[in-house]
Amino acid sequence: MSAAEIAVGLLILVSGFLSMAAGIGIIRFPDVLTRLHAATKPQVLGLATVLAAIVVQVPTWGVLTTAVLIMTFQLLTQPMTAHMLGRAAYRSDHVRRDLLIEDDLDRDIAEHDQTGH
Amino acid sequence: MTFLEIVSIIAGVMFGIGAIAAVYRIIRGPSILDRALATDVLLAIAICALGAEMAINKHIDTLVVMLVLAMFAVVGSISIARFMAKQDAS
Repeated sequence: MSAAEIAVGLLILVSGFLSMAAGIGIIRFPDVLTRLHAATKPQVLGLATVLAAIVVQVPTWGVLTTAVLIMTFQLLTQPMTAHMLGRAAYRSDHVRRDLLIEDDLDRDIAEHDQTGH
Repeated sequence: MTFLEIVSIIAGVMFGIGAIAAVYRIIRGPSILDRALATDVLLAIAICALGAEMAINKHIDTLVVMLVLAMFAVVGSISIARFMAKQDAS
């Protein structure tokens, strides 16, 4: 049991824990926006830890560059998905408005309607 | 039993719990946005599990699959969110 093996094991356990937390979160949370908050954990940090584990286990330049490429694509596309889903949820009234502390978008929409453009 | 075998069992159980929870949310809904979100989570868990399997067994055969999934995972959820009708409750 070497130090690299322990590091790989810990990184994989972090990723597994984040995946489990996301699953429990999307079951337990009440509306789309809060579920979105739980769901984005394994998509970024879980993937990052797993890629780090692969790079520690197989340390070549090809693996490192492919891991950076995977992480870049994931960081580019997942915020887009989350943004579009949150926007669609707001526009189609799948949001629990009583749970919101502050609603900036509502104020902006009201201002936009007043000026009439 | 080596350290990585124990880790693989624990991580497999954790990935399994997350995947089953996502499938439960896909079945229950209530809105199509919840289903799209849960599908996304299921895909992310699948990518993480592929990577974990590669790191434990020390090979890089499915690194390309991870790359393709990371590139094209965005299409499904964005098209659902973009073309969803206003009063669609199912």
